[in-house]
Amino acid sequence: MDHPIKRDHARFRKIVKGKVRENLRKYVSQGQQIIPKGDDKFTVPMPSIDIPRFKFGDKSEGGTGQGQGEQGEPVDGEPGEGQPGEGEAGEGEGNKELEVEMGVDELAKILGEELELPNIEPKGKQQIASTVDKYTSIGTVGPDSLKHLKRTYKQALKRQMATGIYDPSNPRVVPIRSDYRYRSADTKIEMENSAVVIYMMDVSGSMGEEQKEIVRTESFWINLWLKSQYKDIDIRYIIHDATAKEVEEETFFRTRESGGTLISSAFKLCKHIIETDYDPNEWNIYPFHFSDGDNWSADDTKMCLSLLDDHILPASNMFCYGQVESRYGSGQFYKDLNAKYHLDHEKVILSKIKNKDAILDSIKEFLGKGK
Amino acid sequence: MLRAKPISGDLLELQREIQGYADEFGLDYFPQVFEMCDYDTINILAAQGGFPIRYPHWKFGMDYDQLSKGYRFGIQKIYEMVINSDPCYAYLLEVNNWLDQKLVMAHVYGHNDFFKNNMWFSNTNRKMMDVMANHGTKIRRYMEKYGQEKVESFIDKALSIENLLDINHLFETNEVLESRRRKEELAKIEGENDGYMNDDRSAALKSFMRGQEKIKSNDIGPEEEDVAEKNVGRGERDIMRFLIQNAPIEEWQADILGCIREEAYYFLPQRITKIMNEGWASYWHSTIMTTRAMNSNEFIDFADKHAGVMVMSKQNINPYKIGIELFRDIEFRWNTGRFGKDYNECESLEEKENWNRNLGLGREKIFEIRKSHNDISFIDEFLTPEFCNRQQLFTYKFNPRSSRMEIDTRDFQAIKQKLLTQLTNFGQPLIQVEDANFMNRKELLLKHVHQGVDLDMQFASQTMSNIFAIWKRPVNLSTQYEDKEVVFHFDGKEMKQLNK
Repeated sequence: MDHPIKRDHARFRKIVKGKVRENLRKYVSQGQQIIPKGDDKFTVPMPSIDIPRFKFGDKSEGGTGQGQGEQGEPVDGEPGEGQPGEGEAGEGEGNKELEVEMGVDELAKILGEELELPNIEPKGKQQIASTVDKYTSIGTVGPDSLKHLKRTYKQALKRQMATGIYDPSNPRVVPIRSDYRYRSADTKIEMENSAVVIYMMDVSGSMGEEQKEIVRTESFWINLWLKSQYKDIDIRYIIHDATAKEVEEETFFRTRESGGTLISSAFKLCKHIIETDYDPNEWNIYPFHFSDGDNWSADDTKMCLSLLDDHILPASNMFCYGQVESRYGSGQFYKDLNAKYHLDHEKVILSKIKNKDAILDSIKEFLGKGK
Repeated sequence: MLRAKPISGDLLELQREIQGYADEFGLDYFPQVFEMCDYDTINILAAQGGFPIRYPHWKFGMDYDQLSKGYRFGIQKIYEMVINSDPCYAYLLEVNNWLDQKLVMAHVYGHNDFFKNNMWFSNTNRKMMDVMANHGTKIRRYMEKYGQEKVESFIDKALSIENLLDINHLFETNEVLESRRRKEELAKIEGENDGYMNDDRSAALKSFMRGQEKIKSNDIGPEEEDVAEKNVGRGERDIMRFLIQNAPIEEWQADILGCIREEAYYFLPQRITKIMNEGWASYWHSTIMTTRAMNSNEFIDFADKHAGVMVMSKQNINPYKIGIELFRDIEFRWNTGRFGKDYNECESLEEKENWNRNLGLGREKIFEIRKSHNDISFIDEFLTPEFCNRQQLFTYKFNPRSSRMEIDTRDFQAIKQKLLTQLTNFGQPLIQVEDANFMNRKELLLKHVHQGVDLDMQFASQTMSNIFAIWKRPVNLSTQYEDKEVVFHFDGKEMKQLNK
């Protein structure tokens, strides 16, 4: 039986999830609070879960320390906002910020429940089979590094007993070559769905830091959700002003260009990426485009619409356009798309994102259809 | 369920060896039991304060979560864990090497001796493992009866005030008698009706009822009754006891509050002797290892481990370091006779520097100190300017201009004062009951006895909200905040400042 603390632990995790759900809007609108840690794990700061007590405010308290240094020399090493000393000589309960680790699935589940997101139904026939190797069985051949000692000795013991050379008063078990057992892989066929998300963003002068921050946060949560829905997921990034290029995630959120905006350039590159790398019969494809709604000319917009109609929409599960409000943007592109596709189009989802607080609603608009 | 195993073979042999040295040095300890466990088990035990069985509560799960993470990332590793009980239980970590185990054993004998002999521990219940397990059973039953959510939420509230204790109660004779009586009753009840819910009114609850009677009868003479009625609990610092006796709570709630209070008082002596206790144990592991138990090939590893434990920090005092150094300093002073009138009044620096009366009283002195002092009196009496200087102690404070903590001074008096302030009331704010019928409206007025440091008001407000849930009438707190006398008022919804 498991130790009862596992129940306390489960209880704690439940409370944590409740807290995350409660504060989801805050986490989302404040962007950077949840830190990805690789391994599909995230660190979520959890300031308010500890039991409240009467305690001293830390700043005014100060403390005592040991070591070299002149008067006025800082004791906290790092410059800037100082780590307040714990200041309690006898006690280990300093003010450590509580951080909780959560997996992609847990976090996505909370997002899903809070926004009432339907599970995505992958395009039917595009399920592809893949083989997965799991070391769950035992074989008689293999490399030494996979030798299963317990099984090897068990085998040797069996053999010795069967052949009558085992002596209980001198219980020596010596495996011979044929006793060796190795961990070996079982190959299983798993059905899996693959998806690709193609983010396109306008990085022309009118898109400021705040707008990019919104896109960054929004893409974080969209990725999170899609990751929980698909086993394999590719993410590609395209930035554009008057020309478009594919970039790394890092660059995507950092770049700031000036100059004009030709949205069609991004759509062309998007089309190119789909055609070369992602067969729509095998992939679930999600193009997202974010801009402030400015496009260079009506002609270019026309070109965009035809690219969408002829190439991008047929290949994609859905096409999402998020218009981030900016002081300079006219918001014309949203109007143009809306005039053509309306709000109830099967594959085109349009969303206006006014500010950080609107991110969550916008995510719901994008993912609420379950495609 | 419990995955710690008693040690055997070589380790048992090692224990015998170490115990031999402990005897040789005159350590006086409870029978010592070592158990071996893997890191997961030791994390579980640590999360539960060292005890194998506690009541169900998420905070143990939270601590376990943090500890396991800390271990996985290698930021922290629990070295030794020892429980104040008779016999004294201590846990060894499976993955530790031979030298570690040796060092831990020697260290543990130090703790064991301290638990047994330090007078602040004299009234702690040495059968606390059983008591903790009983609390667990009892609270689980309440959960079955009243629902997990409801009971857990009440425990949350009780834990919110578990640091509001009165140190003097460690020596209160009534309390001692009561705890003995309580123990007997507990044993009796457990024996009589094993497993029956209805007569579970044991331990703390009976003290709660006796408490109710006491207010009515014993303590108060007839002519004082009016005044007493008005001043119920005034000056009381044992807030949990005050609430058990005076708050409109149900029996099961009083019982739970009693359990949590009993556990808090059990841990209190350890909180007020941290420096001494760790210092004493470190003094002995160091002495036993360097003069007896260590092989010459273990020397480097020992030095490394020992240095790791003794590491100094600019941000706080390492109790192991200050403790061991202070014990050594005292030993040296009493060996050489550097104390008393003659020495203190000696004006010649040179003579003082080379002072040696060859008294050899050092060992005797530190044994005596470990019996009668706690951290406050230890620092107050034995900290010297020379010691502060040698140990490079300083105080630091917050500089609002650079918004950093900066070294303030290396002045002896200032350091001593700061240390004593930090240790006062085991580092917790001093809160006492001022009026149980505040404004004549049965509101509770608590007073924070301000000693130079403001409370964290956000925490205070949440804490007051929890006390409100127990007291069921508005809760007030008088304190000093940003150099002004203020009274905060919590009415069940929000906290306001009362005009004064």
